[in-house]
Amino acid sequence: MLQVACVFLPLLGAIIAGCFGRKIGDRASQIVCCLAMGTSAVLAIPTFIDVALHGNARTILLFEWFASGDFHAPWALKFDTLSSVMVLTVTVVATAIHVYSVGYMSHDKSIPRFMAYLNLFTFFMLTLVTADNFMQLFFGWEGVGLVSYLLIGFWFDRHSASAASMKAFLVNRVGDLGFALGIMGVFILFGSVEFDTVFPLVPGKVGESMEFMGFHGDALTLVCLLLFVGAMGKSAQIILHTWLPDAMEGPTPVSALIHAATMVTAGVYMVCLLSPMFEVAPVARDIVTVIAATIGLVQNDIKRVIAYSTCSQLGYMFFAVGVSAYPAAIFHLMTHAYFKALLFLGAGSVIHAMSDEQDMRKMGGIWRKIPFTYAMMWIGSLALAGIPFFAGFYSKDMIIESAWGAGTGVGQYAFVMGVVAAALTAFYSWRLIFMTFHGKPRADHHTMEHVHESPPVMLAPLAFLSLGAIFAGFIAYETFVGHHMAEFWRGSILILPQHPSMEHAHEAPLWLKLMTIVVAAGGILAAYYAYMVKTSLPARLATMFRPVYLFLYNKWYFDELYNFLFVRPAVRIGRLLWKGGDGVIIDGLGPNGLAAVTVGLARRAGRLQTGYVYHYAFAMLIGLVGLVTWYLFYGRL
Amino acid sequence: MTDWPILSIVTFLPLAGVAMILAIRGEEAVVARNARWVALWASLVTFAVSLVLWFGFDPGNPGFQFEERAEWLPEIGISYHMGVDGISMPFVLLSTLLIPICVLASWDAVQHRVREYMIAFLVMETMMIGAFSALDIVPFYMFFECTLIPMFLIIGIWGGPRRVYSAFKFFLYTLTGSVLMLLAILYMYFEAGTTDIPALMRFGFDPSRQIWLWLAFFASFAVKVPMWPVHTWLPDAHVEAPTAGSVLLAGVLLKFGGYGFLRFSVPMFPHATEFFTPLVFTLSVIAVIYTSLVALAQEDMKKLIAYSSVAHMAFVTIGIFSLDVQGVQGAMFQMLSHGVVSAALFLIVGVVYDRIHSREIARYGGLVHRMPLYAATFMLFMLASVGLPGTSGFVGEFLVLVGAFKVNTLVAALAATGMVLGAAYMLWLYRRVVFGPLVREDLKHIMDLSPREIAIFAPLAAIVLWMGIYPAPFFRVMDGSVAQLVSNYHQTVQNAALAALSR
Repeated sequence: MLQVACVFLPLLGAIIAGCFGRKIGDRASQIVCCLAMGTSAVLAIPTFIDVALHGNARTILLFEWFASGDFHAPWALKFDTLSSVMVLTVTVVATAIHVYSVGYMSHDKSIPRFMAYLNLFTFFMLTLVTADNFMQLFFGWEGVGLVSYLLIGFWFDRHSASAASMKAFLVNRVGDLGFALGIMGVFILFGSVEFDTVFPLVPGKVGESMEFMGFHGDALTLVCLLLFVGAMGKSAQIILHTWLPDAMEGPTPVSALIHAATMVTAGVYMVCLLSPMFEVAPVARDIVTVIAATIGLVQNDIKRVIAYSTCSQLGYMFFAVGVSAYPAAIFHLMTHAYFKALLFLGAGSVIHAMSDEQDMRKMGGIWRKIPFTYAMMWIGSLALAGIPFFAGFYSKDMIIESAWGAGTGVGQYAFVMGVVAAALTAFYSWRLIFMTFHGKPRADHHTMEHVHESPPVMLAPLAFLSLGAIFAGFIAYETFVGHHMAEFWRGSILILPQHPSMEHAHEAPLWLKLMTIVVAAGGILAAYYAYMVKTSLPARLATMFRPVYLFLYNKWYFDELYNFLFVRPAVRIGRLLWKGGDGVIIDGLGPNGLAAVTVGLARRAGRLQTGYVYHYAFAMLIGLVGLVTWYLFYGRL
Repeated sequence: MTDWPILSIVTFLPLAGVAMILAIRGEEAVVARNARWVALWASLVTFAVSLVLWFGFDPGNPGFQFEERAEWLPEIGISYHMGVDGISMPFVLLSTLLIPICVLASWDAVQHRVREYMIAFLVMETMMIGAFSALDIVPFYMFFECTLIPMFLIIGIWGGPRRVYSAFKFFLYTLTGSVLMLLAILYMYFEAGTTDIPALMRFGFDPSRQIWLWLAFFASFAVKVPMWPVHTWLPDAHVEAPTAGSVLLAGVLLKFGGYGFLRFSVPMFPHATEFFTPLVFTLSVIAVIYTSLVALAQEDMKKLIAYSSVAHMAFVTIGIFSLDVQGVQGAMFQMLSHGVVSAALFLIVGVVYDRIHSREIARYGGLVHRMPLYAATFMLFMLASVGLPGTSGFVGEFLVLVGAFKVNTLVAALAATGMVLGAAYMLWLYRRVVFGPLVREDLKHIMDLSPREIAIFAPLAAIVLWMGIYPAPFFRVMDGSVAQLVSNYHQTVQNAALAALSR
C-alpha cells in the first residue's frame, strides 16, 4: 500500500493541479503538488530500507493490461534493490525541484500547469523504474518523453520552444522505435515480456540466431542492440543526442534538470535492469562502450555547458555498463543526480539573479552579490570534476578503474576516453564558474543593480542537494560498490564471474587514483589560465583553429546533416507523392482518367446524332451496302 | 430477456426514429428542432439497448451469439439470419456509440434540411448495424451497399463546395468494388447452394477458384479500407463531407473493409489468403510510408487526418494478414481505436471549422491562448493517434507489429517507421494550429469548447483512456473468436500442405 501510494501520489497531484488548477489557484496547486511529491519521497525511505537493506523485494500486481493470446503484460510495481534505489533518488531529487520551482516560477502565468507537468513527470518516471515487464517500461519511457515534450514547449509562444519540443519528441521516437522492435524480439525469442519469465531463460538462448530484415545474427545481441537504440534516444547518446541541447528551451533550470539529471538516466537504468541479457551479449556491450566513450568528446559546445556535461557523464555510466560494472553505473547515476541537480538549480538561481539572462558572455563579476549560489556552484562543480571526497569522486573513479580493470580492448579505449573527458569536464566546469562569477561585469548597469540572492524557497533545495553532492558518495560507497556489494543488490543485477572488472577495480593501483585527480586539477588550472589570467587566449585560439571551432560549435553538424538527410526530403517527397502520385498517376489513370474517357466516348457518340435527315439516310445506305456485300460474299447473314 | 430478438431491435430501432421524424409537422424551425431531439433520443436509446449485447455477451463462446433466423426466400435458400461474435459485436457498439455523437456534432452546424439530414443518419445507423450483424450474405450485401446511399447524400447535399465531385468519386470507387463482390457472391451461391455465412465458412471452396473469389472480395474491401492505391477517394470525400459525415466515414465505414477480410476473405478463402499475403503486406507497407509522407505535406487539416487514416488502416491490414493471434487482435483493436480517435479528430477540426469556416492549417495558430480546454482535448486525441502508451492507439499498433514481427521482420520494421512519421505529422499539425503566438485578429475572440462540445468529447476521451489503460475487457470479448479464426486458418493451410506432400 505504501508503495502504491508512493508511485500514484504524484499522478493524483498532477490530476488535481492539471484539471482544477484554474479553480483552486496557483498557491493551492503548488501546495498540492509539493505535498504529493514530498509524501511520496517520505514513503520511499521506508520502502528503500525494507526492500534494499532488509532484502524484502516484492512485486505488487495492480491489474491486467495486455492479455492478447499468450502476450501478457500486467500493470505492476516491482520493488527490488535496483528499483528502490531509483525510486528513492527520483523522489528525493524531484521533491527538491518541486520546492525550488515554487520560487523560480513565481512570476509565470501558468503555474498550475507547470506543477502538474512536474508531478506527471515524476509519476511516469516511477512507473518506469518499478516496471516488472517490458511493456510498462515502455509506458514510462514514452511517458517521460511526453512530459519532456510538454515541458520543453512550456512557453509555447516561442517558435523555438515548440520546434525544440517537437524535435525532442521525434528524436526520442526514433529511439523508441528501436526499443519497440527490441521488445518484439524479446517476445519472439522468449515468448514473454515479463522480466521474471524472461531472465531465467536467457542462458538457454545463448548462441541462438534470429533473422531481422534479411540479416541473420545472434539473437541476444540483436535484441540487446535494438533495446539499446531506445536507450540512445532517451539518454542522448551520439547519433540521437541532438535533441538535448535544444531541450534547454524549457524553463531552463528545472526542465533541464529533468532532461539532464533524471530522465536521461533512464537509458542507463534500463541497461542495468537488463543486465542478465547484456551480460551474455558481449558484442552489444562493446558497441555500447565505444559509443558511450566517444560522446565524452562531443561536449565542447560553449553555451549549454551543463547539458553537454550530462552527455559525457552519461557516457561514463554507459561504458561502466559496457564493462559489466553495473553497480558503478547506478552509483554514479545516483551521485550525478544530486550534483547535477545542484548545478542546474544553481544555474537557475544565477539566471533568476540576472533578470532572466542566460548567456554567460553577458555575466561576470557577480560572486560577491550572490555568495550562497556561488558556493553551491563550487560544490556542484567539485563533485562533477571528481575532486576527492566529493560524491562524484567515488563514483567516477570507480567507473574509470572498472574500465581499466576490464582488461579488454574496448575497456582500454573507454579508460583513455574517460580520463580525457575528466580533464575536459574540469576545464569547462571552471570555465563556467569563472565566466559567470568572476572578471569584469559584462551585463548592463541596470541588470547589475538588480542582482540579488534568490529567496529561501529556492536556496533551501540547493542546500539540501549540496549535502547529497558532498556526502552521497562517501556514505554509499561501501554499500553500492564495495567488496560486499552482492549482498546489497541481491540478484537485481547480474554480473557473470567472467567479467570481474569491478573486483579488479578494487585492486586498482594508487597511481590510477592519483592520475584522475591530477588530470582534473589540470583542467581547472587550464580554465583558470585561459579565463582569468590570459583572457584573450580563448578568442585567439578560436580564430586560429576556426574550422575546428566551428565544427565543435555547431555540434559536429549533426543537425545540419539530419535536416539535409531526413527533414527536408520528407516534406518534399510527401508533396511529390501527393501531387504526383495521388493526383497525376492514381487519379489520372484511375477515376478521373476513366471519367474523361467515358465523357470523350459519350461526346463522340453524341456527335453522331446530328439531327440531319440526310446524315441518317446516308448512314442507312452505307449499312445496306455493307449488308448486301456481306450476303453476296458469304451467302449467309 | 434472452429470447428477445435483441439484434433486430438494435438494428431497426433507428428506423422507428425515422418514422417519428417523418411524422413531425409544423414550421421549419420547429421541425428542425424536433427532428434533432428525436434523432438524439432514438440514437441514445439504440445505444442503450445495444449495451445489452456487451453485457450479455459470453466470451467463452467463440461462435455466433444472439442468433436469429427467419425464412425470407425459402425457394432459393436465402434467410434473414442475424448474429454476432467477438469480431462483429464491438463494431455494432462502435456504430451505436458514434451516431448520437454525430447528431450532437451537427446540432448547430447543419441548418437547412435538418429533417432529411437526421433521417439520413438514422438510416445509416440501421444499415451499419445490419451489415455487422447479418449472417446471410444476401442481407449482408444489401445492408453493406445501402450504407452508400445515405453517405452519398450526406456528402452530396450537406457537403462543401466540391461535394458533387467527391460524392461521385466516393460512389463510383466503392460501387466498382461492390459489383465484383456481387459477382463472387452469385458464384458462391451457385457453387455452395447456400448464402448462409457460417455454412459458407465451412464449405471449403476449390483452391484454384478461391483466387478469383478472393480477388473479387478484395476489390470491394480494399476500396473500403482503403488500401493504397485505391485510397484517393478518401481525402476528397472527407474534405467535402460535413463533420459528422467524416466521423461516420472514418469511424465506421472504413471498418467494413477490415471486417470483411475477417468475416469473408480469411475464413472462406484460406488458400487464396495465404497466396496473396505478400501482396497485402506490400501494399500496406507502401501505404504506411507513402501516406504518412503525403500527410506531412498537407495544408488542409481534414486532408491530413484523412491521409493519417489510410496509414492507420494499413496497420489493420498488416495485422489481419499476419494471421497471428496478436496480429489479428491488434488489427481489431486498432480498428476500434481508430474508430474513436479519428472520429474525435474530425470533430476537433469541426470545432474550429464551425467557428472560423476554414480548414487551412496556415489560417490558425496560437489557439491555446483562447482555447485551453480545446488544446488539452486535441492533445489527448493527437497522442492517441500517435500511439502513445496509455492511449488506445498504442495497444492496437503494438500488437499488430508483434504479429507482423513473427511473420516477417522486414514488414514489421518498415511499418514501425509509421510510429515516427505519424508522430511527425501529428505533432507538426498540432504545433501549427495550437502553439505559437496568437496573431490573427479573428482568432482573438474565438470561444473555447461549449458544454455541448464537452458532452461530445468526454465519452470519446474516456473510451480512449479506458482502451489504453485497461483493454482487458476488449481482449476477453475478442479472444475466443479470433483464436478460432486463426487456428482454423492454420489448420486448413497445414492440411493442404500435408496433402500436397503426400501426393
